[in-house]
Amino acid sequence: MAYSFPEEVLEHVFSFLSSDRDRNAVSLVCKSWYEIERWCRRRIFIGNCYAVSPDIVIRRFPEVRALEMKGKPHFADFNLVPEGWGGYVHPWIRAMSAAYPLLEEIKLKRMVVTDESLELIARSFKNFKVLVLSSCEGFTTDGLASIAANCRNLRELDLRESEVEDLSGHWLSHFPDNCTSLVSLNMSCLGSEVSFSALERLVARCPNLRTLRLNRAVPLEKLPNLLHRAPQLVELGTGAYSAEIRSDIFSNLTEAFSVCKQLKGLSGFWDAIPAFLPAMYSVCSGITSLNLSYATIQSPDLVKLVSQCRNLQRLWVLDYIEDTGLEALAASCKDLQELRVFPSDPFGAEPNVALTEQGLVSVSEGCPKLQSVLYFCRQMSNAALVTIARNRPEMIRFRLCIIEPQAPDYLTLEPLDTGFGAIVENCKELRRLSMSGLLTDKVFEYIGNHAKKLEMLSIAFAGDSDLGLHHVLSGCESLRKLEIRDCPFGDKALLANAAKLETMRSLWMSSCSVSFGACKLLGQKMPRLNVEVIDERGPPDSRPESCPVEKLYVYRTVAGRRADMPGFVWKMDGDKALSADGSGNKPREVVERLGSSYAINFCTWLSYSLQSVPNTDARIITCMGQRNLFC
Amino acid sequence: MEFVNLKATELRLGLPGRDETEEQSSSCAKNNKRSSSEMESSSEHQESGAPPPKAQVVGWPPVRSYRKNVLQQQKKPESDGSGMFVKVSMDGAPYLRKIDLKCYKNYFDLLKALENMFKCTIGVYSEREGYNGSEYAPTYEDKDGDWMLVGDVPWDMFITSCKRLRIMKGSEAKGLGCL
Repeated sequence: MAYSFPEEVLEHVFSFLSSDRDRNAVSLVCKSWYEIERWCRRRIFIGNCYAVSPDIVIRRFPEVRALEMKGKPHFADFNLVPEGWGGYVHPWIRAMSAAYPLLEEIKLKRMVVTDESLELIARSFKNFKVLVLSSCEGFTTDGLASIAANCRNLRELDLRESEVEDLSGHWLSHFPDNCTSLVSLNMSCLGSEVSFSALERLVARCPNLRTLRLNRAVPLEKLPNLLHRAPQLVELGTGAYSAEIRSDIFSNLTEAFSVCKQLKGLSGFWDAIPAFLPAMYSVCSGITSLNLSYATIQSPDLVKLVSQCRNLQRLWVLDYIEDTGLEALAASCKDLQELRVFPSDPFGAEPNVALTEQGLVSVSEGCPKLQSVLYFCRQMSNAALVTIARNRPEMIRFRLCIIEPQAPDYLTLEPLDTGFGAIVENCKELRRLSMSGLLTDKVFEYIGNHAKKLEMLSIAFAGDSDLGLHHVLSGCESLRKLEIRDCPFGDKALLANAAKLETMRSLWMSSCSVSFGACKLLGQKMPRLNVEVIDERGPPDSRPESCPVEKLYVYRTVAGRRADMPGFVWKMDGDKALSADGSGNKPREVVERLGSSYAINFCTWLSYSLQSVPNTDARIITCMGQRNLFC
Repeated sequence: MEFVNLKATELRLGLPGRDETEEQSSSCAKNNKRSSSEMESSSEHQESGAPPPKAQVVGWPPVRSYRKNVLQQQKKPESDGSGMFVKVSMDGAPYLRKIDLKCYKNYFDLLKALENMFKCTIGVYSEREGYNGSEYAPTYEDKDGDWMLVGDVPWDMFITSCKRLRIMKGSEAKGLGCL
């Protein structure tokens, strides 16, 4: 029947499919659908830039208009990935500048972007509209100047949380006078002052501007000038929220806010002074998203503000809000969906605020739509976690960071296994989980048994043995990303579940007990994975095979080994550990012997370990052993 | 040819690569706090006084660097004692000086100090006349890069926006004073 439809009709039908999954499914129906679909796919999402190469993408999808891509592993946010690891976007930009002249959008996360790349973007894509650089680095304000000067139809320039070498604020003045297309500008991560008059004029001539996130250097007294020129703003990030306390500054600000009737989101608030918060009260009832995570304001003032925001859906705040503030939040903001509480003093030895597990419990009780939590605190109990789990079974993201590693339940001094177990058991839709505190292998058993929709799991200082890792890898059917640090997980579970790794985007393990020998074996046996050892102590084969590697990053790929590995990254390939120059020196036989002894020992180990775990299906163990062992 | 270390592949419930069998004790007793391993030995000495600062583990707690830096800056705004040093130049003087703006409470103190330092008379500020009548006028470069007359804005605003000072000779300064 496919033959009786003209291509144009099918293309038109496919154009209504926006999800990648649907498009992938469509392309598997038959060859002609594959062909038609690939010519009309316009948006590409690449979760790991090394999983595929630019050539492969371009060959399959010749008419792409929008690219979204991620580079470094998530733990790079916390300085666990050494400088120079990779994630360079330039090869992609180079390839696309030739292949996709009509490219309109580039959205990157955790990638290294250079001024050269930005200049190439500015030169190559005549219809370029959207540039989002999230947690990127490697470029300067000169690169931004190129984008501003050359992208005639630029709609979005969003630099959220990127590390930009700030040479000066002059880049903003490079937007030509006839640029009127801006819809979104986020420069909050930049340090230097831009020319305020240039900013004012830019804002005034862009009638479609909806999102404006200023940087800290924009003074509060001047904010009204911008608001008056952009009363249609939907999202505003203020600059520094402090000024000399003068009634004229205050009244100007109040009046300016009152003019912005469409405001839904607020952020910024560096150096915030409570005296100026009431200036915002007129917009509070419409606010759905509030980021106060840089505002060092105390609880009473926070409460006054937040309790006016009856329609609040998302709140990011510092732990200055304390338990009392969270109680007030729970009472006022019944639409709250996402709460993030950040630590004001993460490295202090003693608590500096009265924020405990109780705050989170209150919010879980009072906010029926709560589904996404990031919470830093210094004490937690199983009882609290069980309560939270029972209160909010629709939880989707739950990230809890108890500041002291391996802190037990502070009431009973037991591990927090039961608490997190309750979370995964009750919250059947849970997609993301980060755990902390004292945790044994038991919690991983709960996770493996219950967390069937879990896609991303972050573990630190937890578990007792390989059994923990084995539970996760064998039980979590939807797992895509697993990141582990400082856990006693070693070779056995990893090798036994090697096949699982091909169903995931990536696995990160640092400061664990995975030996170099096991890494080599994994690399040898799984050609569709890149098994990369990161070790700044020098070549791994200069140490015994049993020596644990510093860091391991494993990801599935169709692009083979990457060509840009720095000197401290080694890819495990075949019977050798290949470093950047392709050299390696361990004989094949040793690795194979290693493999078979692992296999035999694993079988015995697995059945021995699982004997002590009740209610385990023996049939599954045997099947598991046969499926995952490869001797 | 060396054989693989079979002990490494031996089945066990504890951490691979270690020899101690007491690793198999229950997890409740486990107290292997990596971050405070240095504190273990000093715990007996913690009778009095503040606890010693914890050894920081890389990347823990998981707070991004940008956030850490911002909080650090905001926590100790002016109590870090680093001062607010700005250069002071005077027309005709062979070299510049540096002063700490935080040492002064108001314009009066600052101008007196400048007069002392450069052996000159700056005189009294008036909103209408500036420093008219005196030989010198104190000016400063603000955050926007503009040269401003000292004294127009409140003291607190001045010290946060002043990047450097220049004491202009009377004849040049006349222009500034007569606005």
